[in-house]
Order: sequence, then structure tokens, then C-alpha cells
Amino acid sequence: MHEMSLCESLLDILKSEAETAKFTKVKRITLEIGPLSTVEPEALRFGFDVVMRGTLAEGAKLDIVTPPAEARCLSCFELVQINDRLDPCPKCGGTELQISGGDSMRIKELEVA
Amino acid sequence: MCATCGCGKGEVTIEGHGHDHAHGHHHHDHDHHHDHDHHHDHEPESRVLAVERDLLAKNDALAAENRAMLGARGILALNLVSSPGSGKTALLVKTIELLAGKLVPYVVEGDQQTTNDAERIRETGAAAIQINTGKGCHLDAHMVGHALEHLEPAEGSIVFIENVGNLVCPAGFDLGEAHKVVILSVTEGDDKPLKYPDIFAASDLVLINKTDLLPYVDFDMDKASANARRVRPGIKVLPVSARTGEGLDTWIAWLMGARAMAMAGHTLTSAAE
Repeated sequence: MHEMSLCESLLDILKSEAETAKFTKVKRITLEIGPLSTVEPEALRFGFDVVMRGTLAEGAKLDIVTPPAEARCLSCFELVQINDRLDPCPKCGGTELQISGGDSMRIKELEVA
Repeated sequence: MCATCGCGKGEVTIEGHGHDHAHGHHHHDHDHHHDHDHHHDHEPESRVLAVERDLLAKNDALAAENRAMLGARGILALNLVSSPGSGKTALLVKTIELLAGKLVPYVVEGDQQTTNDAERIRETGAAAIQINTGKGCHLDAHMVGHALEHLEPAEGSIVFIENVGNLVCPAGFDLGEAHKVVILSVTEGDDKPLKYPDIFAASDLVLINKTDLLPYVDFDMDKASANARRVRPGIKVLPVSARTGEGLDTWIAWLMGARAMAMAGHTLTSAAE
């Protein structure tokens, strides 16, 4: 699982933000994790607690938001929203979907002090 | 936050934090009741920052550097992904033999431990470098960048990057390759694309290896292709056998075509300069 290395990237970003935005403590982090990203939120939370121990983000609250992915159905050509790669088209039931996005792993917001 | 000069209270008197900048550098007079009737020993005031930063930004930037370096030299780089035991290295050895006379490729081998695979590749005469990821479950763009520095692949060559045997994590890490090629063997089951969709969604070609074992296993080639296309519409599926050589001529043709595209891109870039 690579959730640990993602948490380490997160810590690197927090440290660099702390320098530029002048803060010493991170109280809350909002992450956008797309439903089609390769991240398991529970594994991410576990890695988060381990990696953040003894750092500026120790004890920080981790909020994860998961916006739906968009896809174009190749059967009915409608633009639809899905939450899983294997979801059929919610309009016509077609199974071949051209997915765009949904794989984001992004920091959206930090509450700092 | 101090409404007059914008200095945060947090920068002033947080206990337990070493603030090495001197306070009082603002020289504002203190008639705005900056006295101690508000408690300086409480928690610093929070503020909320809007941050738009990708967790993989660092990897993606390094992958872009790798891609630019490869592009400038007209080199085709392929990221070979599969589960352990799909026959990736055997297929690679056979591929190198079949490319003899056309070109000698370069190989970056990724495994958690041992240099066995790199040694197998070197026996073919191709240059290979082994990356041992230790506990790591995937190669990243940083490791591959350094491996390419050591390998120094020639202009117009092919670099095969054999990723760590894992159908999960390598899907998320761009290495700077032109294509991910996923290798699935008939002993693994035709529902693999549905079980591990991310890696199939990220790949441009599926090689279904060990077709010589088809008579002995319950593997439905049509079902496997349909499952791969369900995850990634339009993905190309090519049955091969590294043991008997079945399908390898088509694989070599695909490789030479992709290499021609890499070299054409290089020519276009050179012409534009």
C-alpha cells in the first residue's frame, strides 16, 4: 500500500506551506480524494496518524471529501456522474464509459495556527 | 489577529514554540490596548488557508522531467506492470532476443529485493539497472530519474521499466513513460481487470501471457478482453506466449510502431527548434 508514502508527501507539503504562510500548527486538513483515485481512505487515515506523530500536524483532524467522477457514456453519449470505475451508465445502463477525472488526491484547505 | 498591523497573536507568545523573530519590530504604539487583558497563554487563533496542492505533485514534476529528457532524445520508455509471476522478465528476455539486429534496449528493473532480474536481463547483452525498493510497493519518478542517469540510454532507443510486481500501487505513479503496458497471465483468471481496474484504466496495452497454458486453465480470452475494455474502452489486448513465441511478432510490431512515434516526436521537436 502506498498510503504511507502519500502521507509523507502530505507532510512535505505541510512543512513547505508552514514556511511560506508562517504557521506552526496544523489543526485540520481537508483532502479531496477522488472516488477513482488509488487511495483507500481508511488506510490513509491510519498512515496519517502514524506519519504526523511528533510533527506540526500531530493530532490534526483529517477531513476527506470525495466528489463524484464524471464520465461520458459511449452508448447514449450522456455526461454522467459515477463513483466506481465499474459503475454502469446511470441513464442507459451502458458499460463502456469514458471517464474524466475522479482520480484527484489534493489538499484543499488547511486550518492552521 | 491584531487588527491594526495584521500580526497574528500566534506569532507573539505561543508557549513551547521557538519564535526567533523579535517582537516589537512594528513600532506601533500600544494605545490599542495591547496589554495583557487578553490572555496570551491561550491557544493561538486559527486561520483557514485555501490550498490547492496535489499530493503527487512532486512525483508528477519529476515524471515530467523524465518525459522531457526521453522526448528530447527520441527514446521510447514503457512502464511494464503486472502481478508477481506473470512472466514479465521472461517476456522481456524473449523480447530483447527478438529485437536483436534492430536495437539493443535498456532495462530498469524494480523489485523489493535481489538483483536476480537485472542479472537475467544482462545475460542477454542488454544494459540493465536494478532498483530495490526495500519495503516500497512501487517505483516512483525519482528512482527512475536516477536509474536513467546511470543507464544513459542512447538516442532512439527503447527503455523498458519493469515495475514492482503489484497490480495496485504502480497505477498511481507516473514515471515519465510513454505507455503503461499491463501483463496478465492466463493462470491468473479472466476477471483480473475487474478486480484491479485502476491499473488497467491507466494502461494502453494488455499482454495476455502464457497462452501455451490455455488448454489447462479455465481462462476465457474473450471475457478477459471484454473486462479490460469495460475498464478502459478501446484498450488493445494481445495474447502472447513468451515460451512458444506466439503473438510476439505482433508485440514487436507494436513496439517498433511506438518507437517510431517517439522518434517522430523527437524529429518534430528538433525541427521546431
